[in-house]
Amino acid sequence: MDREIGTFRVKSGLAEMLKGGVIMDVTTAEQAKIAEDAGAVAVMALERVPADIRAEGGVARMADATKVDEIMQAVSIPVMAKARIGHFVEAQILQALGVDYIDESEVLTPADEEHHIDKWAFTVPFVCGARNLGEALRRIAEGAAMIRTKGEAGTGNVVEAVRHQRTILREIGALAQLRPEQYVSAAKELGSPVDLVRMVAEAGTLPVVNFAAGGLATPADAALMMQLGVDGVFVGSGIFKSSDPAPRARAIVEATTHFQDPDVLAKVSHGLGEPMHGIDIAELGEEGLLQTRGW
Amino acid sequence: MKAGVLALQGDFREHARVFAELGASPVEVRTPEDLSRVDALAIPGGESTTISKLARSAELVGPIVERASEGMPILGTCAGMIVMAKRVIGLEPLLGLVDVTVRRNAYGRQVDSFEADVDIEGVDHQVRGVFIRAPVVEDVGADVRAIASLDGRPVVLEQGSLIVASFHPELVGETRLHEYLLGKV
Repeated sequence: MDREIGTFRVKSGLAEMLKGGVIMDVTTAEQAKIAEDAGAVAVMALERVPADIRAEGGVARMADATKVDEIMQAVSIPVMAKARIGHFVEAQILQALGVDYIDESEVLTPADEEHHIDKWAFTVPFVCGARNLGEALRRIAEGAAMIRTKGEAGTGNVVEAVRHQRTILREIGALAQLRPEQYVSAAKELGSPVDLVRMVAEAGTLPVVNFAAGGLATPADAALMMQLGVDGVFVGSGIFKSSDPAPRARAIVEATTHFQDPDVLAKVSHGLGEPMHGIDIAELGEEGLLQTRGW
Repeated sequence: MKAGVLALQGDFREHARVFAELGASPVEVRTPEDLSRVDALAIPGGESTTISKLARSAELVGPIVERASEGMPILGTCAGMIVMAKRVIGLEPLLGLVDVTVRRNAYGRQVDSFEADVDIEGVDHQVRGVFIRAPVVEDVGADVRAIASLDGRPVVLEQGSLIVASFHPELVGETRLHEYLLGKV
C-alpha cells in the first residue's frame, strides 16, 4: 500500500483539525493534564512560559527532551514544542522526539538573525508567527503549514494580537482589489513569492489556518480574536499565570466555541479569579519586544 | 434540505462546504435548538476529547442520540467516528451509536499521519484518504458493514443511517459520502 507521509496536505490537515480550539502553553505533565481536561485541542510544551522568560531574561531555548517526553506521555491530544528561529537542529531533535507540531518561535532567543528554518525538509509540520501578510507568506514559502499572529507574548495584553490580525486582514483585502498585472509589484512590496500573492488575491484568504497568539488572557480576549476572523487561539502565560488555571482554561475553551453568543460569553466570564497581571506594551520599549524577532 | 454540521470544534466549515456543493443548506449546530432544525448531521474531524466536553456542556448528547434513534442520518469523520463509537479504548464513549470499538491515534503520532488511495464500495473512483492521527476500528458488531478497507482494516463503515470514516473526505472536496448520507434522509 502506497502511503505518503509528511505531505503538505497532511501537515496543514492537522491544523484544520485544531480549528475552533484552544492551544495552551504548559511547563509540566500536571499542567498538560489540566489543559487536556479543560478541553484544549493541543498543548505547547515549554521550559518556561513567556511571562517568566520575560521576567528572568537569559537565553530561552528548546525545552529539555525529558520534559517534552513527560508531557507527551501525560496526554492524548497533540503536543507542540518550540524551537528557536533558525535553529534547525532543535527542530530535528523535536521531530525525533515525536512532537506533533513545531512552533518556530520568536518567544525563544533567535539562533539565526537572517534565516528561518527550511520547513520543507521536515515530516513534522510547523507553525510560525506573523505580524503582517508579507511575513505570513514568507513563512508559508519556507514550508509553514499554519500561521499565528505574533502578538506580544507574556504580556497578558491582547492589543498587539489585534493589531497583527487587523493588519493581515487589511492587506488581504487590498490584494483582493488588485488586477493580475499588479501581483508582481505587490509581491515585491510584501517581500513574498508572487505565486502565494496570486493565491491569496484570488481566494481572499490565507492558504493555511491562522490562529491568534500573544497576550490573550481572558475568555473575552479569545472571543474577540475569533470575531476578528482567526481560526482558533493560543493561550500562553494567560492560563497558568492566573490565580485559578482550570476554570479559566475551561471558560476560554467555551468562549472560543461560542464566540458569537454573548449570553454564553457572559455566563463563562463569572468567578474566574485574578487574571495574570499583565504589562502595558509602552512600558516594554523597543528592546523589550519579542515580536520584532524574525524576518 | 437542511444539513447540520456539529460546529463545536474542528473542520466543520469543510463539511458545510461539501453540503452546499451538493445543493443542501448547511446549518452550524451548537445548541439543541439548532439540532432540531436539521434533517441530517455531519460530525467533523477535530479533537475528540474537546468535542466530547463541548457537546456535554452544550447539552447536545441526549438530543443527538434521540434524533439518531428516530433515524436521522449522521456521518462522522475521524473524531466524528470516535464520538459516534460504542466503545473507545481509553476514553468514555460520547454518543455510543455505532457498534464498533475504536482506538484513538492508532497509526501513531503526527509524523506517521499519511495519505493513501481508498476504494469505497459504490464509488466509481478511488478516494484520496487523508489520515491525520487517525483512529483504527478494532472490532465490528454484527449490524455494522465495512464499505471501505485499507490494509485489511475497515476505514468506512455503515450501520443503518449512520456512516463513519476514519479519514477526511471533506478535506479533499470529496462529496460522495455526504451525497450518500443525504440520500438516506
